[in-house]
Amino acid sequence: MYRYDNTDQQIINERVAQYRDQIGRHLAGELSVDELRPLRLQNGLYIQRHGPMLRIAIPYGMLSAAQLRKLAEISRRYDRAVGHFTTRQNMQLNWPQFEETPDILAELASVQMHAVQTSGNCVRNITTDHFAGVAPDEWTDPRPYCELLRQWSTFHPEFAFLPRKFKIAVNAAAEDRAVIRAHDIGLDLVGNEQGEIGFRVFVGGGLGRTPILGKLIREFLPRRHLLSYLDAILRLYNRYGRRDNMYKARIKILVQALGIDEFGRQVEAEWSQLRDGPTTVPDVEFARLGGHFAPPPRATLPAEDAAHAARLRNDPAFANWVKRCVHPHKTPGYAAVTLSLKALGVAPGDISDVQMIAVAELAERFSFGELRVSHEQNVVLADVRQSDLHEVWLIARRHRLATANIGLLTDMICCPGGDLCALANARSVPIAAAIHEKFDDLDYLHDIGDISLNISGCMNSCGHHHVANIGILGVDKNDEEWYQISIGGQQGNAATIGKVIGPSFYAQEIPQVIEALIGVYLEHRTPSERFIDTLQRIGIEPFKARAYAGRDRRRTAKVDNREEEVINA
Amino acid sequence: MPRIIKHDRVVEDDWQVLTLAAGETPATVTLPADPVLLPLPVWLARRTEISSLYRTLGVWLDSHEGPEALADDIDRLSIIAVNFPKFTDGRGYSIARLLRERYHFQGEIRAIGDVLQDQLFFMRRCGIDAYALRADKDIEKALAGLSVFSETYQAAVDQSEPLFLRRRTEASA
Ligand code: HEM
Ligand code: SF4
Repeated sequence: MYRYDNTDQQIINERVAQYRDQIGRHLAGELSVDELRPLRLQNGLYIQRHGPMLRIAIPYGMLSAAQLRKLAEISRRYDRAVGHFTTRQNMQLNWPQFEETPDILAELASVQMHAVQTSGNCVRNITTDHFAGVAPDEWTDPRPYCELLRQWSTFHPEFAFLPRKFKIAVNAAAEDRAVIRAHDIGLDLVGNEQGEIGFRVFVGGGLGRTPILGKLIREFLPRRHLLSYLDAILRLYNRYGRRDNMYKARIKILVQALGIDEFGRQVEAEWSQLRDGPTTVPDVEFARLGGHFAPPPRATLPAEDAAHAARLRNDPAFANWVKRCVHPHKTPGYAAVTLSLKALGVAPGDISDVQMIAVAELAERFSFGELRVSHEQNVVLADVRQSDLHEVWLIARRHRLATANIGLLTDMICCPGGDLCALANARSVPIAAAIHEKFDDLDYLHDIGDISLNISGCMNSCGHHHVANIGILGVDKNDEEWYQISIGGQQGNAATIGKVIGPSFYAQEIPQVIEALIGVYLEHRTPSERFIDTLQRIGIEPFKARAYAGRDRRRTAKVDNREEEVINA
Repeated sequence: MPRIIKHDRVVEDDWQVLTLAAGETPATVTLPADPVLLPLPVWLARRTEISSLYRTLGVWLDSHEGPEALADDIDRLSIIAVNFPKFTDGRGYSIARLLRERYHFQGEIRAIGDVLQDQLFFMRRCGIDAYALRADKDIEKALAGLSVFSETYQAAVDQSEPLFLRRRTEASA
């Protein structure tokens, strides 16, 4: 993975000093609450329901074992010994002390980490495929490009105060695992007929209260022009994006207002002035960055390990885990492993300090000391020998990291919701827990098969509920917690925004409603169909009818009414 | 006399900023004695009159206005000020860069409005070289804001090459 040189380190150290000074000036009364807010947010510090929350950047989800050990230590010393992985591949600490945040940043800097631009109206953490570099369906490694973008976006002088936050995701695989069209800019690495590497560029995607999928703005952008082209898009957005209404401030609204053709024309006009300038990236830089992501020294192994095959036959629990949590790898004899952070009774994405240490050890022993965070809020060991899988499983199981539910109903994406988040309409973690309890039978879950269920506690959609097969959204109804359900959303190449099935449900009803939806699927499916396939074939009506059977719903819920910190979130 | 930061030092400065009060129009507003930074609409409406009246010319752009409007006047202006109505309004950074990089403005670009220490570094990188700090802030202390980082990744007005080009030459040197 990318290692800082002296300059990178110096910049991050200076950032810590700057932040420490800002907090100091604030405490001395020289920097008001309003003046500090955007500054602290650009260092990941929110003020939440119970106090501060710190969002730590994990650039494109890559972590070394040493960094995870440091996170464990920080969570123990400065927090309640638990961290929370987000859909944007970052980590949130929910209980830090305001005055100690500069020290936390200094600790992070000691392992080449930071919280730069994890919030605020600026370019945020770049995200990508958690199987980058090892996926068989990938044709080039996206991470050098992500690192290029990380450096370009870090303290970009022109784009530190955009109308709103700006999220960029990169995909380089046949199957998009980074949800690129749900981002302000989605970059799809492709080659052209001449064998040149470049990008298909999507713009104007985003979730939140107006979910929109990104639109294709350029069929092929040669990679050397990446930065000048993004400068052109961002300059237009910075100048013409709406600043009068924060709900209309994302680039998706500008793109919609102008139309993609007109927006594209303006981008080309601006870009024509910038292209081939100093920001053109030479091949040697791509080579330098690529060197940081060179494959680890993997052994030459047979494609099938005999002992592994025997264990699969003899140990059904292990086989179940392999089926859901072990993924193909481009090198024969290797596999990628997802460690599930979706055990029963644990908030989705939460990881304790002890688990962090355990994962770091697993990475060191079995996966070249590196790991990744997935946007589904799990942890991935990307380079495990097939012959080691059983031992990895045994250790992971001891730490409750081996729930065989990846891609199944209980592998929910879930935001912190009303338990922690000041913007929430409703809690989301207890809903996830209630659903998990109802569906805690692994055989049943495996029978239901591939499905995504995501939960957000409000319209900000941090839990990606719009792009889930079943999406649950917390809404407020006369100060009570209610939930709106949408179905038919999906991620991937066929990314789709789900449709709301009707009036919202009371919290206690949710597990039964989910069961009803699953029931319709089980009755109608053909042997090869997933939930989404059946839904697409038979349509939304049968699901709707079953969900509301015996329930009287006339009033619709008010969808949102919390606006305080939204401006800055 | 009011003080501003200019070329990394605190200096005295007598430029006034003219704003239109309610009821005043660009065509009728009384032009004060120079030196004065004029709102763009006033300048556009009364270019000839102003040019004969003032020895040195200065115009200020609000954050929704663009450098395009000054394309024909670039060489006649001594100062172009860029207003930051709120420090979180980042349009001024693009305006300043365009003035320098596209319109090759050689004079002073001055930040006015909600100008605070923690934005000075970005402003400087975008080509702003004078800063009328918000009056309630300690201008001497704010100087520190100009030198927060000793190195930067991007090319900008203050640095013609991005770090990746300079890293390369260092490595091959
Ligand atoms: C607890 C503190 C959090 C706060 C205050 C917060 C706030 C927000 C807000 C206000 C938005 C809407 C932005 C917009 O529409 O312009 C948003 C979107 C989002 N947040 Fe969060 N969030 C929090 C935690 C999280 C967590 C834990 C995750 C991951 C699980 C997350 C991931 C996202 C994502 C993926 C979006 C959607 C991006 C889009 O609109 O395109 N956030 N967040
Ligand atoms: S979706 Fe709403 S409730 Fe959930 S974390 Fe985001 S802002 Fe908070």
